[in-house]
Amino acid sequence: MKYLDEFRDQTLAAPLLDELRRSVTRPFRIMEVCGTHTMAIFRNGLRSLLPEGLELISGPGCPVCVTSASHIDAILSMAEQPKVRIALFGDLFRVPGSNGLSLAHASSQGAKVDIVYSPMDSLELAKRHPDELIIFLGVGFETTTPGIAATIMAAQNNNVDNFAVFSTHKVMPPPLMALLNDPELQIDGLLCPGHVSTIIGAGAYQPLVEEYGLACVVGGFEPADILQALIMLARQVGQGEARVENAYTRAVRWEGNARAQQMVSKIFEPVDTEWRGLGTIPLSGLAIRDSYAQFDAEKRLDIKLIPAEEPRGCRCGEILKGKQRPPQCPLFGTRCTPGNPVGPCMVSSEGTCAAFYKYGG
Amino acid sequence: MRVVEIQGSPDDFLSGQIAVVDADGIRKETRLDVVDRWPDIGDYLIIHAGFAIHTLEAKEAEINLRLMRELAENVAALENADGRS
Repeated sequence: MKYLDEFRDQTLAAPLLDELRRSVTRPFRIMEVCGTHTMAIFRNGLRSLLPEGLELISGPGCPVCVTSASHIDAILSMAEQPKVRIALFGDLFRVPGSNGLSLAHASSQGAKVDIVYSPMDSLELAKRHPDELIIFLGVGFETTTPGIAATIMAAQNNNVDNFAVFSTHKVMPPPLMALLNDPELQIDGLLCPGHVSTIIGAGAYQPLVEEYGLACVVGGFEPADILQALIMLARQVGQGEARVENAYTRAVRWEGNARAQQMVSKIFEPVDTEWRGLGTIPLSGLAIRDSYAQFDAEKRLDIKLIPAEEPRGCRCGEILKGKQRPPQCPLFGTRCTPGNPVGPCMVSSEGTCAAFYKYGG
Repeated sequence: MRVVEIQGSPDDFLSGQIAVVDADGIRKETRLDVVDRWPDIGDYLIIHAGFAIHTLEAKEAEINLRLMRELAENVAALENADGRS
């Protein structure tokens, strides 16, 4: 495919890998923030090719993985209600709540659950099922939120009154700051997410440079993109520098996508929210503004979040903080597999445990 | 994915702002509500969950590729100078 194959070309990647080997002049650790990067690095076999001294650790950038058990429990309680139909992106379907049950179980017991490609599909469901309330599960970071904001706008413009969103949306910079405040986490730089940065802009990472002296490079998702970003990180670390650089210039600008940012600000407002493994982080979530309350499932169904225990033995929390690797979890590959997942990091196609299980550590 | 058709206009919020995109002969519709720049036919779109989030011209992808090739060529030149294959 034009402008995809070029960035996957081995004749481009091989010399970049050589340059990366040259650029690593001392041991250093990079956190790849985004779950899509985690999977791309595994899928393309990059991990096994990386030079000695460069250690990659996975961060909290898989939206399904960081959705707390209490949010999953709330979703399951909505699915049990009569005349409610849940619409969602597929990854969340098999994530267990605190009682070990998931939407997959609920669906098998008669709950109405539809997996959709786009939040706009929920409006089609609303037309097709006028006697039901369609609840779209809003799970995602800055890349996903603009489309959901646009869907709420479309629902209002078209007078769709049997549609609402359960918002567990999250934003990326606050958890990164929370992680960086943890003295146990020693990292030298961040491989910053590609498409989150398309929306928020490369400039969003400047505070991380200024406050934490961290090298930050935005990278795309093809092998050449990732290698280029790692070269830039290695050079910064080797030279003792810290700045924001953009290796994904075809998709990311310094200021981001202003139109999407405005759409999100119109519909959502920042709130404190709970992250699996990280706890509650101030202003790291997005709630639907009161002026759009009719589209807020939490208000419409009076949903209360009840504190919930994470599954016993599950180390997703430590893995999301980059403190442990999946094979260190006692459940990994035994009680917890992609076929029978205990924690969300094994369920999601972007989860670190799923990547380790599929491709090996 | 490459834009082959556009329906609606940048200020048409009610009837939908849609681009038809083509990827290896497969065509599908994508929403333009939150795209950063209104595309022209022949531009490429980055799409997430049914919504275009970024329009890029072919030349932007070419610039990105050129920078990478320059990095790669520098390495090849250095290796040749070192007498390595």
